[in-house]
Amino acid sequence: MRRALRDPSFTIGALIVLTVVGAALFAPAIAPHDATAATLRSRLAVPFSAGHPLGADAIGRDILSRIIFGARISLTVGLASVAVAVVMGTLVGLVAGYFGGVIDAVLMRSADIQLSFPFILLAITVIAVVGPGLWKVILVMALTQWVQYARIVRGQTLSLREKEYVQAARGLGATHARIMFRHILLNALTPITVLATLGIANNILLEAGLTFLGLGVDPTIPSWGGMLADGRNYIERAWWVATFPGLAITVTVLGFNLLGDWLRDRLDPRMRT
Amino acid sequence: MVTFLLRRLLQSVFVLVGITLFVSFTIRLSGDPAVAMFQGSSAPTEEQLALIRERLGTDRPFVEQYLDFVVGALRGDLGTSFRTGGPVAAAVAARFPATVGLALAALGISLTLAIPLGVWAARRRGSQVDLTIRVVTLFGLSFPNFWLGIMLILIFGVQLRWLPPSGYEGPISFVLPSLTLGLILASSTTRLVRSALLDVLGEQYVVTARAKGVREKVVVYRHALRTALIPVVTFVGLQIGGLIGGVVIIEQVFAWPGLGSLALNAISFRDYPMLQGTITVLALFIASINLLVDLSYAALDPRIRYA
Repeated sequence: MRRALRDPSFTIGALIVLTVVGAALFAPAIAPHDATAATLRSRLAVPFSAGHPLGADAIGRDILSRIIFGARISLTVGLASVAVAVVMGTLVGLVAGYFGGVIDAVLMRSADIQLSFPFILLAITVIAVVGPGLWKVILVMALTQWVQYARIVRGQTLSLREKEYVQAARGLGATHARIMFRHILLNALTPITVLATLGIANNILLEAGLTFLGLGVDPTIPSWGGMLADGRNYIERAWWVATFPGLAITVTVLGFNLLGDWLRDRLDPRMRT
Repeated sequence: MVTFLLRRLLQSVFVLVGITLFVSFTIRLSGDPAVAMFQGSSAPTEEQLALIRERLGTDRPFVEQYLDFVVGALRGDLGTSFRTGGPVAAAVAARFPATVGLALAALGISLTLAIPLGVWAARRRGSQVDLTIRVVTLFGLSFPNFWLGIMLILIFGVQLRWLPPSGYEGPISFVLPSLTLGLILASSTTRLVRSALLDVLGEQYVVTARAKGVREKVVVYRHALRTALIPVVTFVGLQIGGLIGGVVIIEQVFAWPGLGSLALNAISFRDYPMLQGTITVLALFIASINLLVDLSYAALDPRIRYA
């Protein structure tokens, strides 16, 4: 732990992530204003003006408060989508790697297709049909991303199932489930953790992009992507409306990327740069 | 080599069939387009609906409709737009150059930046230069592309008034959107060039070349970089899909007349043939680039050709 604290990747990354998580958890307590209340008097109020440290948007909503509440959306989407994808991918990858055969073949072919179909086109198609929404966005991400986790777990399982300690466990009469979860999965956790951390950063960016296009979360909920879409329309008159939410996204994503990089260096010395 | 070519071609066809099937099927799930066409106007009678279904061909079984679409697409016919009544293929063809031009310009910018920067960082591993490049590219990976686009508009379009802030006003309009996408793509590519070159610089043939007294420039550029570019080419191929995704978003930021805005407009007007046509053409473009990348990869590395 002391060594970790001396690594700037870890300290800066952890500090950023903790701050964002804190903001999301205690949003109602720390936000200076109601994030959805429109006040005509403060329309496009400049930063540092009375009561609005980061200014206000076109209908007078406080930007700082909206950024604080927006952290909830970004974190929910980032964490939930990766969690669902990891669970799905791990289960399929374990089974495919352990038993092989048809399951394995189907998995690898669907992985090929998913890898060649860009997420945004898939999301456009699906959202065009089911309509936008927080949970729909999370599910679309999870359904398109579980394959990358499945591939990693499958690869690890293929090499681990031949190891002597696994053979020994089998000889002692351990069930398939016990071998898979207890003996193989625990050893495959390292690469998944790294990939998942970087995946959270990636999905926060994706959600902001989808919401910016009007294909993400409900525009009435304060979210960073939605704020940027608003700000784009006022770029000629009010730079702050688009600038601050974008900074919030960048810093948050940077935090997760730093943690992911640090984890990769720590857990997998071969990938150390 | 022939077996490899055939196998790879077959795989592309397989992927395209998978994608078009998925898109057609998903779009059909969204309900009756005949009803959608009457949205906002007075309720249609059952006869009106039946007439429109017949005209659109949506009264026939899904398999038949899909096969029709495939046969038409092979002849360059992507169907008729619900909204304009004109051929989808013509609308897509008119927008295609703007989107592909943007993607290629971005790719060019990213490679022009990434290869020299990656080489520079790798040759001075651990130095101040290396650290700076690593920190800057990490920031680059964390930027939302559309925010970078908005900031570039703010600085060069609104404040300095050097460049057109949006729309298409001739080649000069390419600068800001392609720079936005290129800078972000350059971040990940620079990191990859750096680590690929570091790997290769440790190889025995590089050590041998150095021991023979070959000049450092020749060792790095002629001997090492060539091998290091193999994973870079693969990576660039894998990034094409993501790059097209980026273009779709960036087109909205810059009011760019490309396929992305065509697809997004099609969604808001429930113009399903237009959406299906646009996505099919984008998927075809991505699949072709991936095919080209795989073939050039095989040309670069004999181990793949004969595997």
